[in-house]
Amino acid sequence: MITENLPILLVVIPLLAAPLCVLLRQPTLVWGFATLVSWMVFAISIQLLILVLQDGTISYAIGDWAPPWGIEYRIDPASAFMQLVVAGIGAVSMVFAAKSVPHEIPERRIYLFYTMYLLCLTGLLGIVVTGDAFNLFVFLEISSLSSYVLISLGHDRRALTAAFQYLIMGTLGATFILIGVGLLYMVTGTLNIADLSGRLPEPAPRTSLVAFAFLTVGTSLKLALFPLHLWLPNAYTFAPSMVTAFLAATATKVSVYILLRFFFTVFGVDVAFFDLPVGDILLPLAIVAVFAASTVAIFQENVKRLLAYSSVAQIGYMILGISFATVNGLTAGIVHIFNHALIKGGLFMALGSVFLRLGTTQIDAMAGLGRQMPLTMAAFVAGGLSLVGIPLTSGFISKWYLVTGALEKGWWLVAILVVLGSLLAVIYVWRVIEAAYFRPAPAGAAQVKEAPLAMLAATWVLIGANLYFGIDSTLTVGTASRAAEVLLGLEI
Amino acid sequence: MELVQGLYNYWIAMILMMAGFYVVISRGNLIKKIVGLNIFQTSVFLLYISMGAVEGGTAPILEEGLTRFSNPLPHVLILTAIVVGVATTALGLALIVRINEAYGTVEEEEIHAQDEPA
Repeated sequence: MITENLPILLVVIPLLAAPLCVLLRQPTLVWGFATLVSWMVFAISIQLLILVLQDGTISYAIGDWAPPWGIEYRIDPASAFMQLVVAGIGAVSMVFAAKSVPHEIPERRIYLFYTMYLLCLTGLLGIVVTGDAFNLFVFLEISSLSSYVLISLGHDRRALTAAFQYLIMGTLGATFILIGVGLLYMVTGTLNIADLSGRLPEPAPRTSLVAFAFLTVGTSLKLALFPLHLWLPNAYTFAPSMVTAFLAATATKVSVYILLRFFFTVFGVDVAFFDLPVGDILLPLAIVAVFAASTVAIFQENVKRLLAYSSVAQIGYMILGISFATVNGLTAGIVHIFNHALIKGGLFMALGSVFLRLGTTQIDAMAGLGRQMPLTMAAFVAGGLSLVGIPLTSGFISKWYLVTGALEKGWWLVAILVVLGSLLAVIYVWRVIEAAYFRPAPAGAAQVKEAPLAMLAATWVLIGANLYFGIDSTLTVGTASRAAEVLLGLEI
Repeated sequence: MELVQGLYNYWIAMILMMAGFYVVISRGNLIKKIVGLNIFQTSVFLLYISMGAVEGGTAPILEEGLTRFSNPLPHVLILTAIVVGVATTALGLALIVRINEAYGTVEEEEIHAQDEPA
């Protein structure tokens, strides 16, 4: 009974818990409740992944209305992997929030903060498990609207303008997706994603090509593909620490998932990559993203902003993998979604601890911090190494498959560029390490303590997972390559 | 002629869409940006409603003598999209109120100018 209904429980539990937070009001109580809900959702997501890996794709008809008429929730290996990432990061972020949120959010707004967080979680999970294109748009807007609010709760007034800018760009992107879905409905008369793929006429008429264009641009706005990434650096820099860690690890990744769904499931790899030159457009954009954003990151004075630009670069790697349209390329893209969620989640959490103690994340203020907050900064170093892609970290696994994918296609230049891009990451990560370990603390600076246990634990869980999956990658690569095969239509 | 006459509501939807989009990009006043965003979203409502229309079709009500119905599904979808649009507008305006409290202006350039030295 419960096992059958897991797909809907995954979405309904956080959705119903959100308004309950408003009723509870008392900050600690709300935190405890939201944490409980997040961990329940995480447990469900693990259960779902196990079920999908055992028995294959799960289809769930909402309200017993048979698809394609009713709304279907459909969990295949790709969505099972993504919902695990979102739920897992959500659960760990809540532990981190225990000390971080009371420090950064005014007490009277804390219950609203967690309400918004749960709504955002609902939206992100909904996007991943739904099998209905319009339902996907609705969940996208649930997650987007709540993330605008979460960002605007940052302590700096620039958080407000960052949230507003994100609202404008995000709404444009979501409306583009809405137009695309509408045009697809015009051509096929269905909104069910699996059904759509079978009904699109061949060769593609002009209407479905226009739909493809709108969907691609809209999703690229949401996932911050260079040059549509302008909203991202400010939003990540000024959002509260917990929000940055959560959104950086989930929101853009879920948008990459939407792109995968439309490219591979709806249109199919033949239309997207052989009839249309999508690979030829995405590949250069991805490479420019890696180099331009990494170069900008090197010159940032605020570490949070530095990591935000690094996120744009890392999204470039994911899109690069997707643009290959081969099993190894897609595996690299999907594995990097997972690994980067662990890396950036961990790094932004370490920065959140720094912010808690120092009140700033400027690089100069972090001088000598390696001795004062050894565990936090060690986590930062480990995460940084993984970001670069040093062997024995999970970042290496993604880069490995990316380079393999490029070589398999005979694209030597692309493989070399991937390695060169990593060298740029060495420079910006080194700037922080140099300040923290090789510079004395600024004269007259107050002695600071190590971060509280809850924040350290959350940071180290992600960094530890990062190191673990760098050594034993059977789970991540295994699931990702199955997802890649399903997306490419090699396995039903 | 067919291209214009037969598809005129799509043309209007597209013109509104581009007009709204242009307002969003070109105006520095945050309120005007939200107005532009609204026009942009409304054009999509028109697009959806147009695609549901059936020539000579009536409202989808079961009654004696009525045989041709318009497709009700796009109408239902767009009700949801309208709700999303209202929520977005409300949130956008709420943010503008907060921005105005923090900066004392709703002009983008003046806001940037205030943040420059910081």
